[in-house]
Amino acid sequence: MLSFDFDYHAPSTLKEAVSIYQILERQGKQPLFYGGGTEVLTLGRLNLVYSDALIDIKNIPECRVQMLTDKHLVLGAALTLTALTERNLFPLLSKTARGVADHTARNKITLGGNICGEIFYREAVLPFLLTDSYAVIAGNEIRTVSFDEVFNQFLQLGKGEFLVQLITNRNDLRLPQFHIKRRKQWNIGYPLVTVASIKKAGTVRIAISGLCPFPFRSKKLEEALNNNDISIESRINEAIQHVPSPILHDVEGSDEYRIFVLKNTLQDVLESYQGGES
Amino acid sequence: MYIIGKSVYRKEAVDKVTGEAIYTNDIQSPGMLHARMLLSPYAHARIISINTEKAWKIPGVRAILAGERFPLTGEEIRDRPPIAVDKVRYFGETVALVVADNPVQAKRASELIEVVYEPLPVVNSPTEAMQANAPLVHENIESYEKVERVNPEPNTNIANRTKIRKGNIQKGWSESDVTVEGTVSFSPSDHAAMETRCSIAEIRQDGYVVITTSSQAPFMVKKLINLYFGIDTGKVIVNTPLVGGGYGGKAAVQLEILAFLASRAVGGKKVKLFNTREEDLVTSPCHIGLDAKIKLGCTRNGYLKAAEILYLFDGGAYSDKAVDVSRAGAVDCTGPYHIENVWCDSLCIYTNHPYASPFRGFSHSELLFAFERTMDMLAQKLGLDPLELRRKNAILPGHTTPTQVRLNTSNLGNLPACIDRLKEIMKWEEGQRSIQPDGLIRAKGICCIWKTSTIDTDSSSGVILTFNPDGSVNLISGVVEIGTGTKTILAQILSERLKMPIELIHVRMKVNTQTTPEHWKTVASRGTYMAGRAVLEAAEDAVEQIKKVAACVLHGAVSDLEVAGGRVFLKDEPSTGIELKDVVYGYTYPNGNTIGGQVIGRGTYTLRRMTYLDPQTGEGRPGPEWTVGAQGVEVEFNKRDFTYKIIRAVSVIDIGKVINEKAAQGQVMGAMAMGLCFGGRESFVFDEQGRVLNAQFRTYRPLRYGENPEYVVSFVETPQIDAPYGARGVGEHGLIGMPAALGNALSIAAEVNLNQLPLIPELIWRAKKGNQHALI
Amino acid sequence: MKTSSSPFREVSLHVNGEIKPVLIKPSDTLLYILRVKLGLTGSKPGCLNGDCGACTVNVDGMAMKSCLMFAIEAPGKRIITIEGLKGTPIQHAFIKEFAFQCGYCTSGFIMNCYSLVENYPDANDELITEMLESNICRCTGYQEIENAVKSVLSSNKNLEK
Repeated sequence: MLSFDFDYHAPSTLKEAVSIYQILERQGKQPLFYGGGTEVLTLGRLNLVYSDALIDIKNIPECRVQMLTDKHLVLGAALTLTALTERNLFPLLSKTARGVADHTARNKITLGGNICGEIFYREAVLPFLLTDSYAVIAGNEIRTVSFDEVFNQFLQLGKGEFLVQLITNRNDLRLPQFHIKRRKQWNIGYPLVTVASIKKAGTVRIAISGLCPFPFRSKKLEEALNNNDISIESRINEAIQHVPSPILHDVEGSDEYRIFVLKNTLQDVLESYQGGES
Repeated sequence: MYIIGKSVYRKEAVDKVTGEAIYTNDIQSPGMLHARMLLSPYAHARIISINTEKAWKIPGVRAILAGERFPLTGEEIRDRPPIAVDKVRYFGETVALVVADNPVQAKRASELIEVVYEPLPVVNSPTEAMQANAPLVHENIESYEKVERVNPEPNTNIANRTKIRKGNIQKGWSESDVTVEGTVSFSPSDHAAMETRCSIAEIRQDGYVVITTSSQAPFMVKKLINLYFGIDTGKVIVNTPLVGGGYGGKAAVQLEILAFLASRAVGGKKVKLFNTREEDLVTSPCHIGLDAKIKLGCTRNGYLKAAEILYLFDGGAYSDKAVDVSRAGAVDCTGPYHIENVWCDSLCIYTNHPYASPFRGFSHSELLFAFERTMDMLAQKLGLDPLELRRKNAILPGHTTPTQVRLNTSNLGNLPACIDRLKEIMKWEEGQRSIQPDGLIRAKGICCIWKTSTIDTDSSSGVILTFNPDGSVNLISGVVEIGTGTKTILAQILSERLKMPIELIHVRMKVNTQTTPEHWKTVASRGTYMAGRAVLEAAEDAVEQIKKVAACVLHGAVSDLEVAGGRVFLKDEPSTGIELKDVVYGYTYPNGNTIGGQVIGRGTYTLRRMTYLDPQTGEGRPGPEWTVGAQGVEVEFNKRDFTYKIIRAVSVIDIGKVINEKAAQGQVMGAMAMGLCFGGRESFVFDEQGRVLNAQFRTYRPLRYGENPEYVVSFVETPQIDAPYGARGVGEHGLIGMPAALGNALSIAAEVNLNQLPLIPELIWRAKKGNQHALI
Repeated sequence: MKTSSSPFREVSLHVNGEIKPVLIKPSDTLLYILRVKLGLTGSKPGCLNGDCGACTVNVDGMAMKSCLMFAIEAPGKRIITIEGLKGTPIQHAFIKEFAFQCGYCTSGFIMNCYSLVENYPDANDELITEMLESNICRCTGYQEIENAVKSVLSSNKNLEK
């Protein structure tokens, strides 16, 4: 139950969506693009999100694309996480997405919604940080930008812009990979640490969620991990020096414990690659 | 047996799988108003001012209750204002109540109430509360009205102290060769019933107060509305439809009072107050926390000689039912062992935490975690098998309890039999700890359990049976169907007694305190025993009435007759008889003359020979019988990262007599799941300011599908002679040993004493590092 | 762009095989409309936050937490609530296996299980777990629910043979 009312708009083209936003804004409204709407509901009921005009992007065909071209995988932002995992065109994404919420909720949560959400974890971000990926963003113009550049703690969207698609180089979809989600206890709940990794051109890439209030990939951390001249233990000790701050310290676990879990997890990652292609 | 022991489907089964089952919040009517609470963001703060001006501007607002002094409430000590005045004492406490035409308006308005607080120092645990310079949660406890036999200690945070002084503790120590001391602690947690609490109140023009509520204690609501607001008990009518889980949490009376006040504020109109999940977790009463110290002494051979126990129960901001919980903690303060010298102080402590209500097991899962962890520490020190130590000291008929009740073969189950069965099921001879080929450690932990029900000495239960013209029976009892299936059990008891097909027994599910005979409260695993006795008495009464009429018709003596199989007939000549349908509405002769009338059987049962506890020694008879059992947990532990899986959980319980096999198994498995999750994950996380940081299911996590272990449930049957067909209560017992057994298994697996809950990997990691600091 | 002054809109919802005209606000959840406007109270408000699954219904063949969906998105979709299931095997299985106690989570659990057995007749343990993790049952230990689901899956398989 929300304390606020809003207008609802369901444009069927990108252009229409952008122009509705602009008109609403001129009318003094606080419009918000959304896909699944789960976060609008859960944060809205706590008054942590507010909008008086929601723009539903689910009816825009470009936002629902799920296809392989010669060179790329194109995924619409309004695809549900379930739709992604069932087609499983991007196995690492399927794995990270399956860590989000629960199966029924994933029938509603969208790829774009997870990537652009407020929640710390946003695990669907990780595979795109690791691969040669691009974000297609609609606003006054449609721009396609390297995901790595446009994602810095949050997806850097301008006012009136929204995420339309994610495009990933086909060659990156089936690289050796590793994914692990570590929780406070057993199988349910937010991550203490989620690590997604691929190995490309002999180099291990790592993206992490749950450790900080945002998902990240750190080049320095990776450099340390890829320093094959020293022992795994030394590499890990060096790598954790490059974890950005702040490290979460909350109901899931202390910062100190998260580092302990991260170290173990990094070791698992490195050992998994040593054991051969996985 | 005709039907006892059979897995009869629940009487309300079809309603529950079709969505037709009605719970309190499903009831709506035109014109019904909606209330919404504003909650305190502080655990302890002075209320400086409350401004409702903006809130009143929301259309549809009918009343705002805030800052007003209403009668203080509380079951033993009246220390709780229904809506906070002067100060707030816990995070989530009700500070204001808005009544509006619809729930959105009420919510919106509540968010616009402006409250200025001045934060006060917080009492964040019972141990802190006991410190000499601790802030006082209640400054003037001596001024509160209270019942007899409760003694708040002025200028402290002690709401009550129950003392057990059995034998001579000094003698016990002198006879002991080995002693061990254990300290345990855990924070409050919650029942987290799937149905959040909901109450609807209306004050009719004729002065009748009608409350519909999701409660385990509708008859207590009636009494308390009378006590607090002076409404005649006959004019308070409480309805309780099906309840979506209680586990003790709905035995406390809270929302009913607020709904009543809300209705009164709007001229008696019907007002609904429905808890959000967040409110249900923290605003409504929670599961008690505990800090405990246990010192045990035994001979070199492992015979217990002395137990010195301090229980500091975290009753939270208001004492309500927590006093009674702490009292029950004294009653069974040891595990189920023969110990001649027992010294125990069980205290109910005020803190700035959400206040406590009963929780399934009523102090027993809590105290058993403390006691049974210490027993394992003792076994370790003695170098004795922990199961053997328990077997040696198992309580037996002829022994006495801490409150010095002499036990016999009826009021006590067979603990050694339970231990032996557990040993077999857990393949104990294969060892307690082993390393698997994959490096994981398998470990088994066990504990013994017992429980009596510390309940009011005059608790009673009534049953009415009315017959239908077709010879079938309506069973009307004040037991609330909270999920335990008790009303189906009662139907089985009646079916057995009347040798009548269960299909011909119609059970009224809804309770209405005006038309349903009283059942004290649907708590304490007492439904089968008390209401079952009432059913048997009512059946006896009905049978007598049937026989009386039939004796005339059949020209025989009442004593010649028997009722069974839907007929009343001559015992020695069963073919001579009449169908029940022809007598239960009176018998009509061919000429129209009629004798008798509708058969209405009535029965009541009141617990007998219960006594209060002696204030100095604790001597007294607090409950009717002790159910016993032995439980075990097997874990697979990863010593590298301290994660673990629960592989198997075992319960062997002396249930007296199994009435419904699958229902009993289900009760025990469900209780085990709840106990394991309490032990392994569930706890409120408090910050330094006493705020609960995890008041949602996203962060407060009950067990989910797939996280459950394999359950093994086995019953021993030692009949309780005075119980219906010998059956003992079993609603709680599956839970109460689980945290201890899990703690024991993990302590063995990790080779470190784990004396805190919840047993999350981070806790084990800290314990291994020798650093037991709280998380945040 | 027009913005109407009243937040209400009249829409038609396709619920349990019937077309229901209903007045909704965009901010209303599907759960609220089902319960309050259509009187279908079988779906339960266990958390209103998408966490517990007690409000699960079926939307266009998929399990959906009705507290996580705006009713304004529902027109044109086929909605089945617990009231729309009539004597399905999963309902019978829940009774036979004692797969509920208090019954409050049951509607949602059954609706999720219904989607499972309809959509994934070959579901293995991993998938069953993944799907049923979405709901909380506080009374049972889940073993009975597992038995109920598996009994329907295996009897469906036997039928196919």
